[in-house]
Amino acid sequence: MKTDIIISGVGGQGILSISAVIGMAALDNDLHMKQAEVHGMSQRGGDVQSNLRISSEPIYSDLISLKGADLILSVEPMEALRYVPFLSESGWVVTNTTPFKNIDNYPSDEALMDELNSHPHVVLVDADAIAKDCGSARASNIVMLGAAAPFLGMPFEALEAGIRKIFGRKGEQIVDMNLKALRAGKEVAERVVANAQ
Amino acid sequence: MQKLLLLGAEAIAQGALDGGMSGIYAYPGTPSTEITEFVQASKEAIERKVHSQWSANEKTAMETALGMSYAGKRTMVCMKHVGLNVAADAFVNAAITGVNGGLLVTVADDPSMHSSQNEQDSRFYGKFAMMPVLEPSNQQEAYEMAYFGFQLSESLKVPVLIRITTRIAHSRAGVERKEVMNENTLVLPDDMRQFVLLPAIARVRYKTLLKSQEAFERSSEDSPYNQFVEGPNKKLGIIACGIAYNYLMEHYPQGCEYTVLKISQYPIPRKQVMELEALCDEIMILEEGYPLVEELLAGYFRKGKTVHGRLDGSLPRDGELNPDLVGKALGFDVSLDEKVADIVANRPPSLCVGCGHRDAYSALNEAMKEHGDGHVFSDIGCYTLGALPPYESINSCVDMGASITMAKGASDAGLRPSVAVIGDSTFAHSGMTGLLDAVVEGTSMTVIISDNETTGMTGGQHSAANGKIEEICKGIGVDPAHIRVVVPHRKNHDEMVQMMKEEFAYEGVSVIIPRRECIQTLARRKRKEAKQKS
Repeated sequence: MKTDIIISGVGGQGILSISAVIGMAALDNDLHMKQAEVHGMSQRGGDVQSNLRISSEPIYSDLISLKGADLILSVEPMEALRYVPFLSESGWVVTNTTPFKNIDNYPSDEALMDELNSHPHVVLVDADAIAKDCGSARASNIVMLGAAAPFLGMPFEALEAGIRKIFGRKGEQIVDMNLKALRAGKEVAERVVANAQ
Repeated sequence: MQKLLLLGAEAIAQGALDGGMSGIYAYPGTPSTEITEFVQASKEAIERKVHSQWSANEKTAMETALGMSYAGKRTMVCMKHVGLNVAADAFVNAAITGVNGGLLVTVADDPSMHSSQNEQDSRFYGKFAMMPVLEPSNQQEAYEMAYFGFQLSESLKVPVLIRITTRIAHSRAGVERKEVMNENTLVLPDDMRQFVLLPAIARVRYKTLLKSQEAFERSSEDSPYNQFVEGPNKKLGIIACGIAYNYLMEHYPQGCEYTVLKISQYPIPRKQVMELEALCDEIMILEEGYPLVEELLAGYFRKGKTVHGRLDGSLPRDGELNPDLVGKALGFDVSLDEKVADIVANRPPSLCVGCGHRDAYSALNEAMKEHGDGHVFSDIGCYTLGALPPYESINSCVDMGASITMAKGASDAGLRPSVAVIGDSTFAHSGMTGLLDAVVEGTSMTVIISDNETTGMTGGQHSAANGKIEEICKGIGVDPAHIRVVVPHRKNHDEMVQMMKEEFAYEGVSVIIPRRECIQTLARRKRKEAKQKS
């Protein structure tokens, strides 16, 4: 298997913890992985992205080719659109629908949704609302991770194990809440995929 | 052994620790910062008492590391590429003194200038100083080069440069560790004059360095990191340096049809290059950075075999490589279309909401209104963002410390007022000597040291002048009546404006210190304190 993922958002939205769970799951399943991320100046309210590559074969490039990504996983809707040139023709866009508006010329909600819906394979997730239902608005990035689960090419149990590992120190309650968020995200994505077929 | 998931920068730190390092010296700078931070956070390093405190600048870091090498121990100094300009005096001369304990100089270049003011290629510094250079192509190699690098440095009796770029430094992969080596014991150099570069001794040492070049080249030719793989198609031979090798092999996961020479250790391995040249009709050079290998092999008159690369337009002359650019150069049908939907807006980086630099710039803009634009020289740090809207307050950003000295030069030319804006950490790094120049001449200028009590842009590392800035300015000779401290806050806006106006009118050196803790480090400190309480 080989899955190339671009994870995107705005600095401070927690895209690195999504990468960490997937990365840990990949290593535990004896898969190869590379994950390139952005540090430094661009983090101050700027757009951030991470190139995450998982494969059963050795991986060379740290960067994903244009039209090479199987998945764009975004915690912010406009940031999902920024990386569409990297999406392969059969690739999926999985994005949170809650915008992060820190600029004056942010597009209108309508224009944003029209653009997103113009893509053939898109999963829109109201991750903030789902996370709140699960017990914490802070788990919205884990909802998004769950929504990406059907496209990762890894068993769902591996992600659950990753969550247990990463949140284990914070107690059973936090682990359960994040597992709930993970499953809720997965269910949204599975419904969309089922309808598309 | 279980693989560790490490950034390339962290892999170098782990490799150095496992290779018996006794101390690491550095000034923070993207993309090199994580190397030292990893050592600072490592339990093993703390138990072993491996030195890992930040240095005031790259030059002091380089010299301190040389001192540790003199005393026989293994040491690493780290910096970003432009930091090597600051450390260059010590760096170049360290090749002539040679080493006692193994000395690795790790420099992280930033092609495409993600967080830098240029994209200089540190391999040229290695060549200039006539030092061996290691350039890892992946995280495992980064680990091993740091691990084995000390032995290489000790056996060749010279510092070794490890050159990485942003995409290695900030990309994570699984890394396998090796057995931890013991640190060296304290032992002085056999030759007590080795480090005394008086002309008579330096001439001898320099001849030794020149004579060593052959051994360095042989080491490259025998290096496990330089690999020669003959391919069936002889139309093209490819030389791929460092991370460029990955972008090449991305297109040939089952093996390349052409003959490939991967270079990860310099000087360039002559034997393998000659072999490639004899075997192939044309040569393609893939290197992340300047065309170092290409320029050499193409030659001024281009009389040999055709050489492709950045100089003949096969690849762009500037910027970092990627799999698409390399694919296109090799004739693959790749997409180079990066066009995004029109509605996607840019998010330029900006100063954090609540940051003290914002309040300092608001006051500066108002105080400067009567003088017009063009009076403010600035420096390297978060506050450089004051060049962008909404503030557009500053007119320069060149190198660490240049705000003060450029303001002095402009004042010498007659510009009034002439103002420098510099951060506390940058002031400690390279601002103090410039301030002394101004004090010595009684130059008419104002230095605003915008003090957030940390090295903010690189993530909040310790700032060497923290708590000492007024004393330093006094010690340098600034009149205490013209050293003014203020809390940069909206409620103090009028006070700040007034203060600036007064000091701009003063015919001499004045210093204004707007001081308020960086809101990022403040938030981190609060979280830590809350955690400790609970």
